[in-house]
Amino acid sequence: MNAKSKWLSVLDVVSIAGFVAAASMVFFYAPMERVMGLVQKVFYFHVATAWIGMLSFFVAMVAGIIYLATHRTRPDAMKWDIVAVAGVEIGLVFTLICIVTGSIWARPIWNSWWTWDPRLTTVTIMELAYAAYLMLRAGIEEPERRARFGAVYSIIAFISVPLTFFSIRIWRTIHPVVIGGSDPSASGAFDMTPRMLQTFFTSLVAFSFLYGSLLWHRIRMGQLAAKVEQLKLRLSE
Amino acid sequence: MIEVRRLLKRFGPKTVLRNLDFQAAQGEFVALLGPNGAGKTTFLRILSSLSRATLGEVKIAGHLLPHQSAEVRQRLGVVSHLPLLYGDLTAEENLRFYGRLYSIPALDQRISSVLEQVGLLNRRKDLVRTFSRGMQQRLAIGRAVLHDPEVLLLDEPHTGLDQDACEMLDGALRQVAARGRTVVMTSHDLSRAQDLASRFDVLSRGRIQASVAVSALPQDGVLAFYRQTLEASLQNGGRE
Amino acid sequence: MKALSNFWRAMLAIVWKDLATEWRSRELISAMLVFALLVIFIFNFALELTPQTRNDVTSGVLWVTLTFAGTLGLNRSMAVEKDRGCLDGLLLAPVDRTAIYFGKTLANFIFMLLVAAIILPFYSVLYNTNLFVGGLLLVIVLGAWGYVSIGTLLASMAVQARTRDILLPILLFPVTVPLVVAAVKASSGYLKLLDQVEITPWLSLLIVFDLIFTAIAFLVFDSVVEE
Repeated sequence: MNAKSKWLSVLDVVSIAGFVAAASMVFFYAPMERVMGLVQKVFYFHVATAWIGMLSFFVAMVAGIIYLATHRTRPDAMKWDIVAVAGVEIGLVFTLICIVTGSIWARPIWNSWWTWDPRLTTVTIMELAYAAYLMLRAGIEEPERRARFGAVYSIIAFISVPLTFFSIRIWRTIHPVVIGGSDPSASGAFDMTPRMLQTFFTSLVAFSFLYGSLLWHRIRMGQLAAKVEQLKLRLSE
Repeated sequence: MIEVRRLLKRFGPKTVLRNLDFQAAQGEFVALLGPNGAGKTTFLRILSSLSRATLGEVKIAGHLLPHQSAEVRQRLGVVSHLPLLYGDLTAEENLRFYGRLYSIPALDQRISSVLEQVGLLNRRKDLVRTFSRGMQQRLAIGRAVLHDPEVLLLDEPHTGLDQDACEMLDGALRQVAARGRTVVMTSHDLSRAQDLASRFDVLSRGRIQASVAVSALPQDGVLAFYRQTLEASLQNGGRE
Repeated sequence: MKALSNFWRAMLAIVWKDLATEWRSRELISAMLVFALLVIFIFNFALELTPQTRNDVTSGVLWVTLTFAGTLGLNRSMAVEKDRGCLDGLLLAPVDRTAIYFGKTLANFIFMLLVAAIILPFYSVLYNTNLFVGGLLLVIVLGAWGYVSIGTLLASMAVQARTRDILLPILLFPVTVPLVVAAVKASSGYLKLLDQVEITPWLSLLIVFDLIFTAIAFLVFDSVVEE
């Protein structure tokens, strides 16, 4: 468990290569969008980070459910808590990147860093809910209780994820819809050329690999931290 | 009445109880002694179904915890160092509330007889907030025996009580014990424990280190027994 | 059948207990009420409510007031259980944990409706508007249930944490924002006498949130109170 797995090293290499490939495609392969110009290129990573953020919160919720279902019968259920924290932390970072890249794009296109659009609002509430998750954990010393409450809150907080995802499909919004048709009131929507589509999917795949690698690293770190705690305690006894 | 086998309790990486074995027969009054942090409260919380064992078997009145906790709870009375009472309700209302949770038949009669037993019948209409610590503790005992449990668990019931209150409390406890109920009580007060209990168990380093009938000890030998057991357990612990 | 009657008995006993304690001390209601009135006054000066702007913000002010006061009440209602060990007392009883959850939730629901019942006429008088619109009352009932159903669950987690005084609003607000938004939109729809067609989607959203929150709390309350 302690030695770094060979497969993790492979995954690291694949995600770095994928990331480089995706970035090169964004800058050199994908054509310049006619109306928006250079700033449109933010879009590829913006959508990819949004996707990873939501996927990561989903992973955290699933880990939370498994923890709640097994913690009474299996002494090793704590490993699911480590997965849940990893999911929330990585999701927070990617969602933040998503919000920042969105802002960069919005400045020239919508003429403002921020608007109180349903999508922007729901994504921020989602980010805040998961920030609250970390604060909840910080307030509890006892590991089992922290894991239980964390699991419960990761389920409750997940309500904000589908809400964010579907917000642009339910409400009138100026945020463009990528998958499925866009609302006519959306501003900054565009049709993708085949090259754009290829770049877009490459980014999604590259970020998914990157996510797998980060998640694995973070889980490994959590396991090592648990081990350190145990050793510390053995020393003090 | 109480059977505990190879009980293990972990809090995160910390092991509080390790392979603890414990038995108490019907009618026994066990005083559980031990230094602070030995795991006495944790042990009582597991017996009372409030906390789950990490591993091991806990059987109370023939029912296994945690699977049959509803059956166990029906047969269990608990007094902790907190009163478990509502300050803004009267003594009578507190008992009526808990009586409803336990579905006790002929509740009014039962409440009167319990209040009489703990000597609070004349204060039945007063708010618990206005009670002294001793009175609250007696009512807490009344609350715990309201459904006439077969097993009574007490965690440091004498803490914060003055001499008179302690004696009143002991009187109430003796009445319970005289009715053939099984009692497990943690305590720091050796002489008081000696008056009440029929057996001493010493809990240290997560295990019952020694168990002795009170009648087998000389009147002034309790402290010596307790100290010897603790020292022996610490030496053994060093070798582990 | 017996299990069901036990469930009801335990739940009603808890509601009765909460109402009786509250009738004695009047701590919770009075704190919530004074706080709610203060919030209304602060809004009045902060937003410089003129008759024209007032109509647009009434439902917003109303819901912010209710939710803030609700947080106060929820925290207090669970802290009372925790402080004197009464939560352990409830858990020691041979009753279903969900009966405890629904008992506490129902009591908190009643308190929140009481506060609303006092605020509404007060606000109506202060600003010379009539808030007693049938639809608005329905929205308040739906919104309050959603709020306390998830709030009671989160409050029982918050009181067990070291940071319990500050934790509840942080846990509760991000989760309930969508619910409150739906409540505000539906309320203002009724106050502005909009067509029912425009209000119905918000009402449905409220009901959906009520169901989701209640179902989640029902499923996980056990894990929150039991070690």
